[in-house]
Parts: sequence; C-alpha cells; structure tokens
Amino acid sequence: MPSETGVKTLDMSAMELREINETLQSAAGSNEAFEVTNTRGAHAIAVGLDAPIHVTVKGSTGYYCAGMNKQATIHVKGSVGPGAAENMMSGTVIVDGDASQYAGATGHGGLLVVKGNASSRCGISMKGIDIVVHGNIGHMSAFMAQKGNLVVLGDAGDALGDSLYEARLFVRGSVKSLGADCVEKEMRPEHLKILADLLEKAGADAKPEEFRRYGSARKLYNFNIDHAGDY
Amino acid sequence: MCGIVGLFLKNDDLCPKLGEMLTDMLITMTDRGPDSAGIAIYGAEGEGVKITVQSDDTSAFDGLDARLAEATGTTPGIRVIDTHAVVTLPEAAADAAVSALEEMGLRIMARGASMEIFKEIGLPRDVAARFGLREMGGSHGIGHTRMATESAVTTLGAHPFSTASDECLVHNGSLSNHNRLRRELAREGFVTRTENDTEVGAAYISSRIAGGANLGEALEGTLQDLDGFFTFVMGTRNGFGVVRDPIACKPAVLAETEDYVAFGSEYRAFADLPGIESAKVWEPEPATVYFWER
Repeated sequence: MPSETGVKTLDMSAMELREINETLQSAAGSNEAFEVTNTRGAHAIAVGLDAPIHVTVKGSTGYYCAGMNKQATIHVKGSVGPGAAENMMSGTVIVDGDASQYAGATGHGGLLVVKGNASSRCGISMKGIDIVVHGNIGHMSAFMAQKGNLVVLGDAGDALGDSLYEARLFVRGSVKSLGADCVEKEMRPEHLKILADLLEKAGADAKPEEFRRYGSARKLYNFNIDHAGDY
Repeated sequence: MCGIVGLFLKNDDLCPKLGEMLTDMLITMTDRGPDSAGIAIYGAEGEGVKITVQSDDTSAFDGLDARLAEATGTTPGIRVIDTHAVVTLPEAAADAAVSALEEMGLRIMARGASMEIFKEIGLPRDVAARFGLREMGGSHGIGHTRMATESAVTTLGAHPFSTASDECLVHNGSLSNHNRLRRELAREGFVTRTENDTEVGAAYISSRIAGGANLGEALEGTLQDLDGFFTFVMGTRNGFGVVRDPIACKPAVLAETEDYVAFGSEYRAFADLPGIESAKVWEPEPATVYFWER
C-alpha cells in the first residue's frame, strides 16, 4: 500500500514472509522505499535484495535479516538475531539495536552498521565488507577474516582476529585477548583516512586517533613443521 | 536444536496468567523442537508435597488413591491430567509414596512443594492442549521444545528434568562428559533415570545445591565441570537461573521488565509479552551466570 510519503508498507501480520521478500526482490526502481511492519522477531526478512531501494524494518528480527544483500539500504529499527547481513555483496545495512552472533559473516562488500552491541563471531570470514559496531563485540570476532574493515567503538571479546588473513581491525576500547596470529599493528596515515571515512559513513562520534589497529602477523599462511603443535 | 522458554514473574498480579503467557511462548518455539515438549510450573503451594507421575496407560491411575492410602497410611489427593497425575500428600509420607508409585510402574516426573512437570511426545501446541497448560497459574515456569540429538524421542527423554525436590533443568546443546559424571553422581546418591545427557546436568546442579551452593554458585560450577555445549535454564522453588557455555553457540535472549524476567531461545518467543517494547532485552554473555530469586 503506497502511503502519502510514497513508502510502501509490507505488513507481516497480513502478508507471508515469502510474499514480502518477493515484493522487495522484484523492486527495481531506484529510490523505491518500503517499510516492513509487525516483524515480531521473524526470520529471513529482506533477504536477497538486488536493487538500490530503501527498506525500513520496523521492529526486531530473528535469524538472517538482510542476508545476501546487493545495492539495497536496509535499516532495522530494532535488534537482529543471528546471521544478520550475512554474505552481503554491496549496499548498506543499519541496525539500531544489537546484533546476535555472526553479524556480517562472509560479507564480500557493502557496509554493516550496528548501533548497539554485536555478540560473538561478528565478521567471521569477512571477505571485503566494512562493519562498524558502535558498542562492543563478542568473542571470536573476525575469525579467518580475509578482507575488509571491522571498526569497533567499544570493546572486543576473546580471541579477536584468530587465524586472520588481510582484514583490518580497528578497536577503540579494550581487547580481551587476541586470537592466534593476530597482532597490533602501526596506525599509519592511510589507516586513519580509511577509519575517518568509515566513521563518518556510520554516523559514529569517534576520532580515528582513538583507535588501535590489529592485523595478521602472517605466520599461519604457510605450514611450518616446527610449529606443528600450534595448529 | 531445541527451544527454551522461561518466565519468572516479579509481579504477583500476573501469576494467574503464567500458563497462558508460557504456552504462547512455547508454541512459538515449535520450529526449534517439534518432536516433544515439556513444562515445569511452579504453582501455588498447598499442604504437603506434590508428586507428578506419568503413565502411557492411564488405567494405571484407576484406584491409585486407595493403593497409595494403603502404602502410606495417608489420604492422598489425586489430580489426573491426561497421561500425568499429581499426587498430593504429607511430606512425611513422600518417600514411601515414591517407592509405591515406582513399584506400580509409574514414572516419577517431579516432586516438590510447588513444582509440577508435564512432558510428552508431540507438537508443543498439542502437548500444551493435552495438559491444559494455558489455564495453569504460578510464580514461574520453564518450557522446552525438543529436537532430539543425544537420546531417543521418548516421554522420559523430553525436558525438563528434575533430580531433586522443586528443581528442574532444561537444556539446548549436548554434553560430552555425561557418562563419567553420571557414575560419579550415582555414587553420591544422585541417581538418574535415563541415558539422557541433560539429566546428568540436572543431577550435577542438584548435587551442588545439596552440598550448600546457592543457585548461582551451582550454575557457576557447570562451567568447570560440564564439557560440551549448553544453554541451561534452571528453576528452583524460588529461583530462576540461566547459564551458557563459553563458546555460546546455542542462542539465548533475556528480557526484563518490572513485572517479569523472560528467557527465549529467540526473540520471537517474546513478541506477545506485555510491555516487551520497553523491556530491557539482551543476549546473555558466554560463561556468565544470571539468576533471580523471589
């Protein structure tokens, strides 16, 4: 139903999830706007979108919200369950509340902003996505992260960046512990520039100079027989 | 995968609605565990002790009062609800009653001043309807929808498990050191009735509480002594506790308002709770114990 503002409302109390996702997936017009209401923690809302549309999800969601996103801007006015914005290719996902486990996992591109906290395994195996978390992140975040940037304004839990490849991790608060092969690295001018840009895009009130950078020591890239016991 | 729901009421005005709220929450978790469902309800305390028993053949309940009267020398109250019956009798006669009930081939589900446990195979909606769960009142309750992994789909394999008076445990996950622990606990007198891993977890926590630990300390002990994956929700006569293992891959969400504390495997379970829009909602941290007592 188009409202006066041109925003089409998709009411989950009146429509099936599949019908809602099909509507969003077939929307091709640039700047088309939708809102999804009565979410009640449902799973897989606004997944597989592939057009520069704007979707506002009004309420908290369950598993896999905004998964596999391409081009679309999805703004969740609530918290999200496990696997939010999983495998995102491009576009923007903004979560006003908290995100559960493995937010932004395996993402290839685009920007995920979590305004609350993200729990464990945030950005696990990220492959080019940018993730900005305004609060804290849980343990095993950025495990095997390959590419992209993870920015955390709060604290990070245990084993940050375990078995990391070339993703950049920026944390403003404390890091409970670093994972295997993850080390603190020098913050150079090019990193401050990347960080300033991401903080601005994410609407985050923080200065790049307040962060520390972590990355791969690159010692796990090749098998070393002397370290067999460490693997 | 399994589903857990729990409600611990802080506002007594909600007590008559406990069953209704918990039933809606339980049914929401059907996708996570469609093979069996169970519920522990901490209802009004009367005179004496309540023993909940189960029998697949409900003719076993015929004449139960007379047989129990003979075995215990008391006049027990008996309330039959589908495949379960709640026997009420003086505390002093409880041990004799349990022995007699077991001799009759009835399965002991629960014992306590306030706790009753009802569990069966089937969809949560059907199980709740069979027991009239929606009409039950109480101060707190815990429900479970099961997708079996560690043992068979049977009534006794369903959750909650109770291994001591007024204590019950539900679990999402799997334990890997339960066989050794089962033998150790049996030597201490905490005998389990099934091969199920969760029952060992329940017996472990009961043994700690019997040893003088409070609910929080007993749950803390699981982090050292239980190996495996777990999100546990535990009920006691006046308490409600939650703990997740350090890996914390089994989902959990807590919500708290001035009126209640609610637990759900997923946020979906909270959608109909009063005041949920303004509740404090959070994911319990790994290896961290949360508990409330009234």
